Amino acid sequence: MEAILSRATPMLVPQCGQLQSRGMATLKEIRIRLKSVTNIQKITKSMKMVSAAKYARAERELKPARSYGMGAKAFYEKVEVAQDETKPNHLMVAMSSDRGLCGGIHSAVIKYIKAKMEEEGSSDDTRIIVVGDKGKAILQRTLSKNIIHSFSDYGKRPPIFADAALVANTILDTDFKYDRATLVFNTFKSVISYNTTELPLFSPSAIEGSTKFNLYDSLDEDVLRCYNEFSLASLVMFAMKEGACSEQSSRMTAMDAASKNAGEMIDKLTLTFNRTRQAVITRELIEIISGAAAL
Amino acid sequence: MAAAVLRQAARTSLRLQQCSRLIAASHRNYADMAFTFASPYDVYYKDAKVKQIDVPTFSGNFGILPDHVPTLAVLKPGVINVTEEDGSNKKYFVSSGSVTINDDSSVQILAEEAHPVDRLDAASIRDGMSKAQQQASSAASETAKAEAQIAVECYEALQKAVDA
Repeated sequence: MEAILSRATPMLVPQCGQLQSRGMATLKEIRIRLKSVTNIQKITKSMKMVSAAKYARAERELKPARSYGMGAKAFYEKVEVAQDETKPNHLMVAMSSDRGLCGGIHSAVIKYIKAKMEEEGSSDDTRIIVVGDKGKAILQRTLSKNIIHSFSDYGKRPPIFADAALVANTILDTDFKYDRATLVFNTFKSVISYNTTELPLFSPSAIEGSTKFNLYDSLDEDVLRCYNEFSLASLVMFAMKEGACSEQSSRMTAMDAASKNAGEMIDKLTLTFNRTRQAVITRELIEIISGAAAL
Repeated sequence: MAAAVLRQAARTSLRLQQCSRLIAASHRNYADMAFTFASPYDVYYKDAKVKQIDVPTFSGNFGILPDHVPTLAVLKPGVINVTEEDGSNKKYFVSSGSVTINDDSSVQILAEEAHPVDRLDAASIRDGMSKAQQQASSAASETAKAEAQIAVECYEALQKAVDA
């Protein structure tokens, strides 16, 4: 009844070009939607494959990097140097990257930094060096005046020591006179989980003031400074490797979840499409039959 | 009577304490070296037990035995010689890095680049050496000159490692 009416009065309802609108999506709309979701699923599947390959490599490289990082940390643990929490000027280094679609990796690091700044209550004395555009974008919304340096073009290739050396040089050359420094990054726990952790970075004066420092023989300032600079670069390298591995694994799980969701959407849409198609055919048959019966 | 017994007991406990301290000290003399040698890309030894390590540093070349006095040092380009428990020698070329010897006799050597000496190729070392020397002579600024000089020193050390 309604179909005949709408055909008879095309002028009054001009946008109703199709015969079966009325709140249920038309066949063409469903088909367009189905095609677009299928394309998205292809993209997320391929991204999952790519990040699975990158994750395999990052995990392989993480094994020696972990031993390297443990070795670099060992001295600071053995010499029992403590980070003086009462000193004001705090430099935080955030390790994120340029590429998104990796779950909550970047926001986890920034949330940790924000929480730490809240608990210390010192947002004026804290300065942040951020590695990676995504981290910088999140920080700029609220803490843009605390950012003193940022690194971009990071995250596409696996990290190498030269990158770590660059970051370390920036930390050492910065104008901001910090009393303590912290490195914040994600530690890889397993394929589906990571932990946001921090590493304290000590200055030569802090080491000289530690308890067991006197046990160490024949150390002049030059040697200690060189040693500390190299250790800083080593720790940054360790953080970069851990962060890269966590990011790739997180991206892999995120893209896997996205592909699964897209698959579910495709199933639901296909069912709706078939039902709509059958309804259209049934309606046309009814029209033909009623038309023929009227004759 | 009781006082004498008490004094005796005190003396024996003191003796026991002294003995245990001596035993502990002598155990410490034969402490195992937990040797970790790694670069960011390779780990060669992790908490391993070795007999001796010879390292080239800016404060001189020295050998590290178990229970070496705690110290820190900065590596210079050269060859690290590791004498393992069974007496075999392994040589590794390192470009730069740090050496840490802690008071519990653990040794950590972190190198920016570390490769076994048998992986080095003499021909490419000679090429690299001549190129580095060219750059050193034609360097413009102070930093460029310093960097080229570092490269030349590294290649000289590589040459020595391959020739040895």
